[in-house]
Amino acid sequence: MQGSGYVWKRVGFAVVTVFVALTLNFVLFRVLPGGPVSQISRVPNASPALKQALIAQFGLDKPLWEQYLLYLGQTLHGNLGVSYMNRQPVFDNLIEAFANTIPMVALGTILALVIGIAAGVVSAVRRGSAIDHLSTNIAVLFYAFPTQFLGMMLLIAFAGILPAAGMNDPFAIGGSRWDAFLDMLKHMILPVTTLALTLYAENALIVRSAMLETLGEDYILTAKAKGVPRGRLIRAHALRNAMLPIVTMVAMSLGAIVTGSILIEVIFSWPGIGRALYTAVLKRDYPMLQGGFLAITVVVITFNLFADLIYHKLDPRIAT
Amino acid sequence: MTLSTPGTPSPELVVRFGFWPMLRDVVHQPAALAGLAIVSFFTVLALIAPLIEPYTIHEATCAVFEPPSWQHWFGCDDGGIDVFSLVLRGGRISMIVGATATLIAIGIGATVGVLSGYFGGWLDVVLMRVTDYFLVIPQIVLMIVIAAVWGPSLSHVIVVIGVLMWTSTARLIRAQVKSLRERVYVKRVEALGASHLHIIVRHIIPQVGPLLVANTVLAITVAIFNETALAFLGLSDPTAITWGTIMEHAFDRAAVSSGAWWAIVPAGVAVAVLIMGCYMLGRSIEDGLNPRLKVSYLSLHGWKLRPLVGRGPDAV
Repeated sequence: MQGSGYVWKRVGFAVVTVFVALTLNFVLFRVLPGGPVSQISRVPNASPALKQALIAQFGLDKPLWEQYLLYLGQTLHGNLGVSYMNRQPVFDNLIEAFANTIPMVALGTILALVIGIAAGVVSAVRRGSAIDHLSTNIAVLFYAFPTQFLGMMLLIAFAGILPAAGMNDPFAIGGSRWDAFLDMLKHMILPVTTLALTLYAENALIVRSAMLETLGEDYILTAKAKGVPRGRLIRAHALRNAMLPIVTMVAMSLGAIVTGSILIEVIFSWPGIGRALYTAVLKRDYPMLQGGFLAITVVVITFNLFADLIYHKLDPRIAT
Repeated sequence: MTLSTPGTPSPELVVRFGFWPMLRDVVHQPAALAGLAIVSFFTVLALIAPLIEPYTIHEATCAVFEPPSWQHWFGCDDGGIDVFSLVLRGGRISMIVGATATLIAIGIGATVGVLSGYFGGWLDVVLMRVTDYFLVIPQIVLMIVIAAVWGPSLSHVIVVIGVLMWTSTARLIRAQVKSLRERVYVKRVEALGASHLHIIVRHIIPQVGPLLVANTVLAITVAIFNETALAFLGLSDPTAITWGTIMEHAFDRAAVSSGAWWAIVPAGVAVAVLIMGCYMLGRSIEDGLNPRLKVSYLSLHGWKLRPLVGRGPDAV
């Protein structure tokens, strides 16, 4: 009973946050003076028919409150306007960009988690040893490097050895699907490495503290006393109980993941959502900018909700 | 108002307050001393930059992308400008941007946190709701959007970073103030008829002060990170020289494909070292203040104190 109440509360919070983001979007782009007010219909080289359609859809000749309602309605139906740059619906552009971003970011995040957990556990188990000091110091170092700096260094170091830009080789036409896939994997190495390196450090430090905390608990002593083997003690007794902060950690690093992937996509010309946002800024493509902000925000809010629900599942005592 | 028994100090936070104990703790930790040394070094360097920079940054003094040499320690950039002088100058503005944005953020965060934690009730609910929304919405994306709509400028970057970075401070201060509010002496002062303003100024703020100092130091790292990110995306003033714009400029002018690592490395390393210094200093102060926080998880990129217990409004 209490559990379902918690779930609904979190879902409600997520929905309201999306609504706040929607409103923020509207205010930023239409209401603020001096901003690109209602430029949504000013698509360059657009046919008069398209302009008329946009003006009608978003009610650009109507008062603000009516525009707001129309904007909400259109957004909920997936109509985010038309991109200035390629005159395609923003929604379609975003879907394409997200499809390109997801494999890169997912791989980078998973890699960062695996390395982070491994490094953190080793550090905590061998607390105070040379390995612990080395690993912690390296982590703090990677922590402190700006993402774009790390990316550029990798670019220079691996220039000519690994593909440096884009998602695939534009001249490799005619290969099989498998070749194309391998080509994409090769292009992914540098961006994924950069993302993993910038994210892993934080994970390693958090896992280390969480593990140290659980390793000091009485039940670990009990387990040791009754002769649980070392590997099982670490995996089943300590790490399992350290999972809670690790879930929080993933949820909280969402912001860092978004920031990192934007910078990385710009550096490695990866045609994903971050690069789309960047080009939208450069070309003053306001509909794309609005759409990109909204899309990223909704994705982050959704993942945050998942993290909350997983957290609740892991520890049902949490019911705030 | 909850009726907790006065006299029992809240068990969850045992905090040593005051600037002297804080200073003593800081001096006794090697990490803190190292951090303090780094931060002071950079501050002094920024102050005396115009006096010690070997070349002018306004005209070419060597060849395009000239590699490092005894004349030009860090080499030259695409315009034949000495990178060492550039990085010295860049540090000034980067640190000013970081410090100003942080002051704005800490100001808003502390105000929201104190009001929320002290008065509680509906004000607390409203303020914490707003804080929660801003915590979830990805800040850098919102910063990009606002900076893009508003136009590229250094002051816009400062305001945007400051105005969006306050949420974690508000959370932290609120939790502290809430526990302070229940302390016996605060209750007694209240019973003696002191005004809210008096209690806040004389009894609450001095107690959260050291924590605010730790927070400020840590927040500067995030502000500088955000500045370099926004600058890299071309949202800072293109004529201003900061560590962020130096890296952006080098990337833009094909320093990477020319293999001119020296145009990028000094600025990047400067950011990293300063951030490590602030991180070590801030975390040591925090550890000294609150033994419990030693096991908490400090995130640099997001700069949040991870809750030890619970999530949501009751998280500690």
